[in-house]
Amino acid sequence: MEPVHESLPVDVRVPFHSLQAVRAFLGYNQIQYNVMIMDVQDLLDDEQREMVKYRSFPRSTDDFVYTTYHDLNSINSFIDMLVAENSNLVSKIVIGQSYENRPLNVLKFSTGANRPGIWIDTGIHSREWVTQASGIWFAKKIVTDYGRDPVLTDILSNYDIFLEIVTNPDGFAYTHSNDRMWRKTRKPNSGSSCVGVDPNRNWDAGFGGAGSSSNPCTETYRGPSAHSEPEVKAIVDFVKSHGKLKAFVSIHNYSQMLLYPYGYTSTPAMDQAELHELARRAVTALQSLYSTRYTYGSIITTIYQASGGTIDWTYNQGIKYSYTFELRDTGRYGFLLPADQIVPTAEETWLALMAIMEHTRNNPY
Amino acid sequence: MKTFCSVWLLLSVVELSPAPPASQEPPLACRGAADPAPPQPETAEDMASTGDLEPTHYPARRAAQVALHYLNTHHGSPFRVFGLQQVHKASAEDVEAGGRKYKLDFSVTDWASGSAGPALRCSADVLFPRTERHSAPDVKLRCEALQQINRTAQEEEAFYQKHITPDSAVSARDIPDSYGNMSEEMQPFWRLARVAASFIMLRESSENTEFNMAQVASVTQQESSEEQLMLEFVVLLHDLPSQEIVQWKLLASWSPDRGVRVLQTEWQPRCPHATKPPN
Repeated sequence: MEPVHESLPVDVRVPFHSLQAVRAFLGYNQIQYNVMIMDVQDLLDDEQREMVKYRSFPRSTDDFVYTTYHDLNSINSFIDMLVAENSNLVSKIVIGQSYENRPLNVLKFSTGANRPGIWIDTGIHSREWVTQASGIWFAKKIVTDYGRDPVLTDILSNYDIFLEIVTNPDGFAYTHSNDRMWRKTRKPNSGSSCVGVDPNRNWDAGFGGAGSSSNPCTETYRGPSAHSEPEVKAIVDFVKSHGKLKAFVSIHNYSQMLLYPYGYTSTPAMDQAELHELARRAVTALQSLYSTRYTYGSIITTIYQASGGTIDWTYNQGIKYSYTFELRDTGRYGFLLPADQIVPTAEETWLALMAIMEHTRNNPY
Repeated sequence: MKTFCSVWLLLSVVELSPAPPASQEPPLACRGAADPAPPQPETAEDMASTGDLEPTHYPARRAAQVALHYLNTHHGSPFRVFGLQQVHKASAEDVEAGGRKYKLDFSVTDWASGSAGPALRCSADVLFPRTERHSAPDVKLRCEALQQINRTAQEEEAFYQKHITPDSAVSARDIPDSYGNMSEEMQPFWRLARVAASFIMLRESSENTEFNMAQVASVTQQESSEEQLMLEFVVLLHDLPSQEIVQWKLLASWSPDRGVRVLQTEWQPRCPHATKPPN
């Protein structure tokens, strides 16, 4: 279209760094103008958001986009779809409610009754988005590989797998709506304007000791008492009533580490040698895929002292194979891991998980 | 809540102190009931070992990270930021003046060259002083073949010329965004922020911290001065042991000749934990 006539208006899109120059030019030449759109990028962003919204209403878990980060509604839809598509293998258990009354959903993968179990949780710290995203991928991986991969099929013939993808849903919702860097739960603290408890300092293992904070305004606030957070209490109750969990894996990011107890004390765990050797094998498996460098060791020696942590409690309950992962990366993007790393991260982590699960299966106790 | 935070920011800016607490205690404005958190409790961390250190464990890693911050303040640019690849050997000894000196042998990679880049071998002495008030660690660093990396000179010059013009007025927020996205155009600014943030991270580091830059909250280009690009950044730093996010505003200059300089820094209180203003 040719706007070449003096009386016809011309629309000009001005890149930001030319703004001053263009304004100056127009002013100097006394050319009248008005601003139709302040920021074209805003419009493009809105459009992009709309498009993504449409995309994230998949009709099946085969439609679901694993290479992007999802919000809580999307993940809960995924969970329901997965169960509907694989009702012989997968069921959903609601183990409790969060502080803000969101359901605490756990996927149960089971091929028979009264089996011992293996537990995996992701997203206990809400800002660690690659973990929930990986949890989604693990869920799909299990249903895909069952009946195809002999090792996984054999594991599922003897053990149930429990997977809690969004272990801290209130915090997760908050990272989408308000603060991408939110870590804790969203329970208010009496006597303080500060909200939230660190759910990985709230367990009854060395509770209250060094390696957690008594200040509600800090990220590692332990809470008023052990298991004070409903998100934590729900898992505690589940573990106790199940009574036969044999492996427990809690997944975080970032640092690229595979850790075993303890975090609250430097006394080595009774099974340290075996846990260390299994960690070595799991990390070797992980590294075989994309050469991602992982460190492994006890929490207190490898990353920092931490009291009231999840796997210290589960280990003390007798769940020998208790591990914590810190996924990618090592600080370059940290919590804001680019979405194109979700699937590679999940793929390599799965190899380590399989090593742990396989060892559990081969070493019943 | 945002209004509340900016109101309190105004008040705290008025009575600005030059150095923020190295313990990242949330500001009084954001705290609820007074709850004196123990500054540096006697923990196993304080009893960290001397002698040979396990290279993959945190005492060696934290010291190496400090050396990295130092390396980036001296050699970082919009097209070069170093990250730790691996610690090969580490040892620590207590020194007479009351501090601990770490000797490190480690490798670094340049994030800007992606997976194509070679690893550089470095050695460093990192001294953490033991003083009443926090003071910055002292670093002596040697890296092989550092001078030979000059392949970025052209990119730096092009970037400089593009943005030193009077009508360049770069302004952006949330780099990367919540999903880890960062445009090509923003990459050099992210790297500049990371280098500038290294000055702060270096200064604030101790044996009990491990800093990374979590996000660039904003970048706003200022009027160029003395042929230097002038950029105001707000950065979010993440400390691993405390898990705290610490916000800093800083003014940095850069040119290919003079490198990165940090002219002003200001710790900015965040009020992430409060739902409503304490009344």
